[in-house]
Amino acid sequence: MSLLEVRDLKIRAGARRLVHGVGFSLGAGERLGLVGESGSGKSLIAMSLVGLLAPGLRAEGSVKLDGREVVGRPERDLTPLRGSLAAVVFQDPRAALDPLMRIGAQMAAPIRRRARREGLSLDARALKAEMIAALERVAISEPERILAAFPHEVSGGQRQRVAIAMALSCRPRLLIADEPTTALDVATQAEILDLLDRRIREEGLALLFISHDLPVVARIADRVVVMRRGEAVEEGPTARVFARPEHDYTRGLIAAARRLEQALEGGS
Amino acid sequence: MKRLTLRLGLLLVGFNLAVGLLTFFWTPHDPGAMIGGRLSPPSWTHWAGTDRLGRDFLSQVMVGARIALLVGAGATLLGGAVGISLGVLAAYARRGLDDAFAAALDILIAFPTLLLAMLVVAASETASLGTAILAIGLAMSAIIARLARILTKRVLAQDYVTAARCSGLSWARLTRTHVLPNILPTLAVALAAQFGLAVIAEASLSYLGLGAPPPNASWGTLLQQAQSTVHRAPIGVILPGLALVSLVLGINFLADGLRDLLDPEREGAE
Ligand SMILES: Nc1ncnc2c1ncn2[C@@H]1O[C@H](COP(=O)(O)OP(=O)(O)OP(=O)(O)O)[C@@H](O)[C@H]1O
Ligand SMILES: [Mg+2]
Repeated sequence: MSLLEVRDLKIRAGARRLVHGVGFSLGAGERLGLVGESGSGKSLIAMSLVGLLAPGLRAEGSVKLDGREVVGRPERDLTPLRGSLAAVVFQDPRAALDPLMRIGAQMAAPIRRRARREGLSLDARALKAEMIAALERVAISEPERILAAFPHEVSGGQRQRVAIAMALSCRPRLLIADEPTTALDVATQAEILDLLDRRIREEGLALLFISHDLPVVARIADRVVVMRRGEAVEEGPTARVFARPEHDYTRGLIAAARRLEQALEGGS
Repeated sequence: MKRLTLRLGLLLVGFNLAVGLLTFFWTPHDPGAMIGGRLSPPSWTHWAGTDRLGRDFLSQVMVGARIALLVGAGATLLGGAVGISLGVLAAYARRGLDDAFAAALDILIAFPTLLLAMLVVAASETASLGTAILAIGLAMSAIIARLARILTKRVLAQDYVTAARCSGLSWARLTRTHVLPNILPTLAVALAAQFGLAVIAEASLSYLGLGAPPPNASWGTLLQQAQSTVHRAPIGVILPGLALVSLVLGINFLADGLRDLLDPEREGAE
């Protein structure tokens, strides 16, 4: 049985249809890329997978996380389901952390929740040790300082690392990364991608990676789904889709990415 | 400059508070006792003269400070508690419920506070300190609820909230750890400003004869009573007027100072 099974997923805002019947599945340890132009519904799909669509949006169809249906489930059933199964990382490092809380206090919360779920009790020292270990795993060099800092006292790249560390500290089985590197400079972007790649491999996570940056998706995903205006136009192994795209839209996307690359190279 | 407004605010409000507290134990004369001549001018026994019924005027103005602060603080507490609770809950509610709530608030806010307050007082038949607090507090709660709802929605839309909910954070904890700390600084500043408005609303209600009855007279009542004799005894209008202005100005200074202190955009600030 696959970890994530999406069938005929539709998302509507009132009468307006935003996503029309998308389906895909993701097994444990698999990496799926979701690509497509801005506004094609990628983020909406990601949120509906964990039942966190914005108020006013409705999902229909079926999303099964670890065999359990998410669509239409009441909030109180979803809360315990989410923590152990899926975690999310977003695009904007400025919004990734609560500006009024020290990073240590924020990181402690999901770790404590996980411990409680697993029936363990953590004392302050064990908690701190675990937070430091989590920060070291995301290649943060001065974990003690970061833990004591407020979000505005650390860099965007560091905030994004902290967000990833927090997501992973829940020990989820699926990580949903919604353009986690888009807001970062190219060097930091490469570092964060390497980091994600490593952590996912070492922890055996499944990954849903959302991006409109094709080279980035090609690096990290085994399979891709190409989205356009709320529809999946093409799906297949990354190498095949990028080498021999079947749909015109995919071809256009790839050509555009190539043109951009050439323009950048020609200009430098 | 900012420090100065804060200090001035503390001074003015502190003075009114001290006078208000003092009246629980001592006033120059019993504010209700008709002991002097009618409308006698300021003298050594009656520093601010007497009113139409021969009651010591200074004592009445001092009691007015107590009433103004009591009603202002009571209404602000009530408006804050009811408004914040309703606003946060509405932000969590299902879309339809939330929309209905927002529309109801907009309608409520469209009514002038004074009109709402008059309705409440009218519905409760007798006017008292309690009805004034209830009336002004309820009108205020609509304004605070609208603000709290918007602020809460803004917090809920943040990525860190979504990420935390995805890691299994319950609504109760979300409220305590993320929502309230992020919305309270802004709400505190708004409530401080509302406090000043509540003091004015109380004086206005009393002026219209809908506040607490004499002899625990509010400044509004005093102003109203002195109005017809303003030419013979102008101090009857000047003293409560000055008192009212000093308290409201002080509260507004405090609110300004508070805003600088609790700047909610701590991001990037140092
Ligand atoms: N809360 C909402 N209410 C109504 N429409 C929405 C809402 N959120 C998103 N939409 C609409 O749904 C469509 C898909 O949005 P979505 O955020 O999924 O795009 P995306 O593929 O993630 O784009 P991007 O690459 O820019 O992040 C857009 O047209 C957007 O305007
Ligand atoms: Mg998006």
